[in-house]
Amino acid sequence: MMEKTIAKFDVLYLQILDENGDCDEKNKPKITDEVLKEMYRFLILTRAFDDKALKLQRQGRLGTYAPMRGQEAGQIGSAFALSKDDWVFPAFRENGVYMIKGVSADMLFRYWAGDERGMQIPKGINILPVSITVGGHLPHAVGTAMGFNYLKQKNVSVVYFGDGATSEGDFHEALNFAGVFKAPCVFICQNNQWAISLPVREQTASQTIAQKAIAYGIPGIQVDGNDVFAVYKATMDAVTRARKGLGATLIECLTYRLADHTTSDDAKKYRPEEEVRSWENKDPILRFEKYLTQKKIINPVIIGQVKAEAEQQIEKAVKIAESVKPQLPTEMFDYLYSDMTDEMKEQREQSKRENNISKGASVSEHSAKNAGVVGELEEV
Amino acid sequence: MTLKNMVEALNEALRLEMKRDKNILIIGEDVGEDGGVFRVTDGLAKEFGNSRVIDSPLAESGIVGSAIGMSLLGLKPVCEIQFEGFIFPAIDQLVNHASRMRNRSRGRFTTPILVRCPIGGGIKALEHHSDSPETYFVHTPGLKVVMPSGPYDAKGLMISALREKDPVIFFEPKKIYRAIKEEVPEEAYAIPLGKANVIKEGKDVTLIAYGAWIKTAKEALDVLKDVSVELIDLRTLSPLDTETIINSVRKTGKCVIVQEAPKTLGLASEIIARINDKALYSLEAPVERVCGFDTIVPLRLHEDYYLPSVSKIVSAVERVMKNAKGGS
Repeated sequence: MMEKTIAKFDVLYLQILDENGDCDEKNKPKITDEVLKEMYRFLILTRAFDDKALKLQRQGRLGTYAPMRGQEAGQIGSAFALSKDDWVFPAFRENGVYMIKGVSADMLFRYWAGDERGMQIPKGINILPVSITVGGHLPHAVGTAMGFNYLKQKNVSVVYFGDGATSEGDFHEALNFAGVFKAPCVFICQNNQWAISLPVREQTASQTIAQKAIAYGIPGIQVDGNDVFAVYKATMDAVTRARKGLGATLIECLTYRLADHTTSDDAKKYRPEEEVRSWENKDPILRFEKYLTQKKIINPVIIGQVKAEAEQQIEKAVKIAESVKPQLPTEMFDYLYSDMTDEMKEQREQSKRENNISKGASVSEHSAKNAGVVGELEEV
Repeated sequence: MTLKNMVEALNEALRLEMKRDKNILIIGEDVGEDGGVFRVTDGLAKEFGNSRVIDSPLAESGIVGSAIGMSLLGLKPVCEIQFEGFIFPAIDQLVNHASRMRNRSRGRFTTPILVRCPIGGGIKALEHHSDSPETYFVHTPGLKVVMPSGPYDAKGLMISALREKDPVIFFEPKKIYRAIKEEVPEEAYAIPLGKANVIKEGKDVTLIAYGAWIKTAKEALDVLKDVSVELIDLRTLSPLDTETIINSVRKTGKCVIVQEAPKTLGLASEIIARINDKALYSLEAPVERVCGFDTIVPLRLHEDYYLPSVSKIVSAVERVMKNAKGGS
């Protein structure tokens, strides 16, 4: 008989900026003060977006919305490590990532209000529309990364998902493909510890999400997901590694969903308030603000300015979003195929008849709210 | 021109288009050195290299999902799903993503992947190797579904599918992979998607079939010497060529539809509904269906009891003739 250890693995944890704002300067990534301020601005903007979106939803101006309070560092820290030509595959809470990639807040508000045109990402911005299915978009990111290899492009694809997604088959197929094909892909798991009502300890028997990478022959690391520096550094390392042709990385951002799963959820039903309170103290923005203030990169006056500007920007975005000409009900037919099929043409005509759409008529009676309801509509 | 079977014709279509368009890649299980379990991709890895003909891990959702990702960059990935019974792990990718990306992004992103998949019974195979799941995909908005009935059509339809801007599911009837040899031109030619083929004109009955059952329908015509049958091959199952069907039924007033898939809510049901919408008053008799039963396809010993056949088609045509006003 022979018995011996044939493989051993470590799972690293990285924290640079702790919840008190104390920083491990030795490991702090090199970022200029200007960029640090920019990161702070996006953290504030993302939170302002989230706060406003919740209010708008409560007023019936948005549909179901998935809030992200508490998870901003995972978004801003990672997105700042990307280049313009890198491709991003978000799940459904990555509003901050969208804005950093250059998608305007009004587009995002329109999407959450139920207007598909909000996900008509402008040409030149490589970020996919929101993926509502859990984990289904992971293989896409890997495929795009395989495409970069085939086309000999030095770009990287980055995909965001939650702890729940790591139970889906697509997570495992995606990591396996990424390992086998050395795909330049960075997997960013926002482990916010709750998949609706299921806590992560019941989602998996693994001690960490990061260790799941080991099974697929790619590195995995757990970082403090509320620490902008740790997320930025881990992402930068992963992206650099991918660009060198060394393949994929799984980054687990350990964070916490401070809000409900969506506006249709009531988290009080399944998790203790004390747990939520304890994570409020670990807020990613508070500690970053403390640190930047200590370093005199920002001060109370600048903080006030940044917050006021963010609110103005968000208010302006809401105005734009709510003043755009509504979609016609017939748009549901227009983007299904490259060339409209005969059946689509016929059903489109039917929809026009049902909705009184005629050339030259007024659109005034139509609003995004009552799309499909009677009124004189104009076809452009 | 040489005589070729469907496997050879498909192989030639892939080879010609891969030569023309460097963006075409193949990904699937055993598609490389092995050339696919039915040999449709035989020799392509050798000719175009392993970076273009990719042997993938055994994971259908990963195959189709990663193909979607490649297609976002303007590549044209051709996925091979080894058997139709194994397409279901990928159905989420097809129904929830490939078919929707254009609409979801209002035209910014498209996913023109091509999924090749053997389909149907008649080869005495194991469970999950004899099914006809085409309806799931026909029912999915945003996909196109094609099924050729012989080597000539297979090559021309495959070339069109490889040039498509929308995602296409290309079902290849296993029963006729090697059962039919036809003259197939060496060069590339395209048969348009979305158009049915009137194989034989007739005035008494419209006989509609697709895939493997065109061969059987032709055999039935040899028996039905006294009936003038108009034989239509659908070629593309989605979008369906309603116009050709309706024009024919208006002329003949009678219709028989052959479909290997289970009867309930199959393609035949939809064809009858469209006849009902547009040609009901031309009908002289109820439309007849020759379908698979609403059962699991039996294993090899009883498979033939399930499948359409010459005698089942002949009986249906005779019934519809008898039922028609003035029929004999």
